[in-house]
Amino acid sequence: MAKVKGAVVVDKEGCKGCGVCVNECPHEVLALHREVNSRGYHYSYMENPENCIGCINCGVVCPDTCITVYRVKV
Amino acid sequence: MELKDIIKPENLVYDKSEVQTDTIMHYCPGCSHGVVHKVIAELIGELGIQEKTVGIAPVGCAVFAYNYIDVDWQEAAHGRAPAVATGVARLNPDKFVFTYQGDGDLASIGSGEIMHACNRGENILVVFINNGIYGMTGGQMAPTTLDGMVTSTTPFGRNADLNGYPMKITELIAQLPGTSYVTRQAVHNAASVRKCKRAIKKGIQNVLDKKGTSFIEVVSTCNSGWKMTPVAANKWMEDNMFPFYPLGDLKDGVKGEPVSKN
Ligand SMILES: Cc1ncc(C[n+]2csc(CCOP(=O)(O)OP(=O)(O)O)c2C)c(N)n1
Ligand code: SF4
Ligand code: SF4
Ligand code: SF4
Ligand SMILES: [Mg+2]
Repeated sequence: MAKVKGAVVVDKEGCKGCGVCVNECPHEVLALHREVNSRGYHYSYMENPENCIGCINCGVVCPDTCITVYRVKV
Repeated sequence: MELKDIIKPENLVYDKSEVQTDTIMHYCPGCSHGVVHKVIAELIGELGIQEKTVGIAPVGCAVFAYNYIDVDWQEAAHGRAPAVATGVARLNPDKFVFTYQGDGDLASIGSGEIMHACNRGENILVVFINNGIYGMTGGQMAPTTLDGMVTSTTPFGRNADLNGYPMKITELIAQLPGTSYVTRQAVHNAASVRKCKRAIKKGIQNVLDKKGTSFIEVVSTCNSGWKMTPVAANKWMEDNMFPFYPLGDLKDGVKGEPVSKN
């Protein structure tokens, strides 16, 4: 079976730090950053990027549509 | 493999729909409204119906829905969206007309309008966001508030003797012959969002096929009104809302059938 690798780009300024994506990611890729964006939210970021499989679950659940997902077969 | 080799246009698998505007939504972090807006915008884009869609916005937190989904909109007075949609759909039979309404809007002040629009079988889609509370005005009890649930107007919990019983309005709607599709969905995790999207797609298709009213309840969270974190609110909803508001189809048939199959 071909392996896949994924990566996400979070719109840091659009993120409201709700944590729903962090909770939904099956591979513990995401976390809320200790720093905040200009609106004071602890934005989501890839804490463990090597685990991402590009399943898009985080993007699908984000209420503010600030996650873009990429995936490649390796 | 380095991130820069993955993050390339040809590897894109999920992105915001072009039908959704770039305006940052005013909703609280984690609010279900944002997820449902996104799903509707994606479907309008995928079905290529942006030019023929007219949304009817409610009073409630979703009052600014017209800022986020790039289609034609009409704002309605509180609870009157189904009546406004009736007029828009009858005058423009080739448009896809939908209402987007909260539980206060639809099940309280607008309970008459929704019943009669569904009973007439108006050719519209109704998206009903049931978060069990009046979110916008500060978390007052709604008809849908669960028994025992604490709100700003039921600080000791809803008491049926005093406040009446929680209303399963979707079950009532499913009895009306004008409806063709009545379902209850949720958007708390990726699987439920995908399911909800399929349901809304079916509702849109029914309207395009002139099959009468399709009614989609989305059991939702209002984490601010419930005074919980977004993740805790999703869990609370699973534990408390779903037993009373079970997910699934209530009617999947044709307009004119007197009662639901279920
Ligand atoms: C005629 C009228 N009555 C009352 C109000 C006050 N009001 C504004 S929003 C709202 C309830 C909204 O609750 P819901 O429909 O559940 O929407 P939510 O904010 O929870 O999404 C009320 C009572 C109003 N704006 N207009
Ligand atoms: S795409 Fe899937 S694996 Fe990658 S961060 Fe999102 S949820 Fe996690
Ligand atoms: S779900 Fe969206 S808004 Fe919420 S923390 Fe994740 S990226 Fe930010
Ligand atoms: S008050 Fe409730 S329904 Fe309104 S935006 Fe906030 S979480 Fe959503
Ligand atoms: Mg509500």
